[in-house]
Amino acid sequence: MAVDEGLKIELGKQGIVVTTISEIYNWGRKNSVWPMQFGLACCAIEMIATTMARYDLARFGAEVFRPSPRQADLMIISGTITKKMAPQVVRLYNQMAEPRYVIAMGACAISGGPFKQGYNVLKGIDRYIPVDVHIPGCPPRPEALIHAFMTLQAQIDAQPLTGGDRPRHLDAEAQGEFPVPHQGAHDLEPPVNRLVWPLPAPAAVAKPAGDCG
Amino acid sequence: MKSAEEILAAIKAALPDAGVELVLNPSPSAQHSLRLAPATAVAVASFLREDAELALDYCSNATGVDWPGKEVTEKVKVTKVVDGVETMTEETVKRVEPGCLEAVYHLFSMKHKHGPVILRMRTVNRTDQVELPSLTPVWRSAEFQEREIFDLFGIVFTGHPDLRRILMWDGFEDHPMRRDYVDPDDYEYEPTPHDEVLKRAEEHKTHAEVTT
Repeated sequence: MAVDEGLKIELGKQGIVVTTISEIYNWGRKNSVWPMQFGLACCAIEMIATTMARYDLARFGAEVFRPSPRQADLMIISGTITKKMAPQVVRLYNQMAEPRYVIAMGACAISGGPFKQGYNVLKGIDRYIPVDVHIPGCPPRPEALIHAFMTLQAQIDAQPLTGGDRPRHLDAEAQGEFPVPHQGAHDLEPPVNRLVWPLPAPAAVAKPAGDCG
Repeated sequence: MKSAEEILAAIKAALPDAGVELVLNPSPSAQHSLRLAPATAVAVASFLREDAELALDYCSNATGVDWPGKEVTEKVKVTKVVDGVETMTEETVKRVEPGCLEAVYHLFSMKHKHGPVILRMRTVNRTDQVELPSLTPVWRSAEFQEREIFDLFGIVFTGHPDLRRILMWDGFEDHPMRRDYVDPDDYEYEPTPHDEVLKRAEEHKTHAEVTT
């Protein structure tokens, strides 16, 4: 960061490696993001294709799909989240260890997609857990998932280790557990976690985000 | 295969007390169905399965229909005495036809390779008398589908071995496939609303303004 790029290359030619702690740290983080082995609907088929030989997600250090949330870093929300499944998705996210990332893959995961008006479909997982990368598509092609993955890597790479933008696991004050919605008589309760999903500003309702939840 | 009329005659011959009526389908497909009275439905269903000629041993599909109560306006001629003179006047009378819930079964025969024969059953109303006899003891394949009808329409099947909700969670109270079901109002943020979503988003907006 503080070191000039040209100087770094010049020193490298002389056999001297100059780097920073955050560079090494983020390099390690971004190249071993292990996804959770977890599929919700048809997008999961594309996710499986992405890991197979033709697209080969292993090139990015993400070939190891862990069957336990305890060992996984990345949750790929691959498909429709029904209201019956949503509490379990939030619970799985809570069980993952920091640092953890979320990719919302496909139209359903980001907004409910074609099933948006259904009585049983959650209108986007970002109502309950923080999402790092959203990919549109129905379903997105494996290239799109790879692009999302590279976007996530770029985000990790650019993250400072100190200050207000530092990752959640380096912030003792940060919230680690997200409330699991309860299945109520008519809908999930609460229908949305306002701390994660404040009402986006100039939308259908013109009033401040604070007094809705 | 026998036509619906012939099946009706066969049922009447074997079970004289059975309540069965023919429901004609006027469309070109002419798939007529049989409406069973709930009290004798299980006996009729067993007959249809056991009868050597019909041998309807396979229930491929069970589904529900919601018939909401509808308001009917009728013009009735009334004679009235106005100022000592008898006059005929037309009056419009409104009455509400009570609705009901209906279960529909599609039967086939694996033995004779024929079908479908369609059975219907109606509940008394849509609110408190929603029991129908379960046909799961006759056709095992109806089990999950009757649970689904129970879940989404709210028909209670008496004699069902395991009547629980199958798609929605246990604490859920509504029946989403009913015509008068109102889904949760979560239309607070619609970046690109159109058609039905636009309508719902505007409804939400006015509702939110009223409550605050």
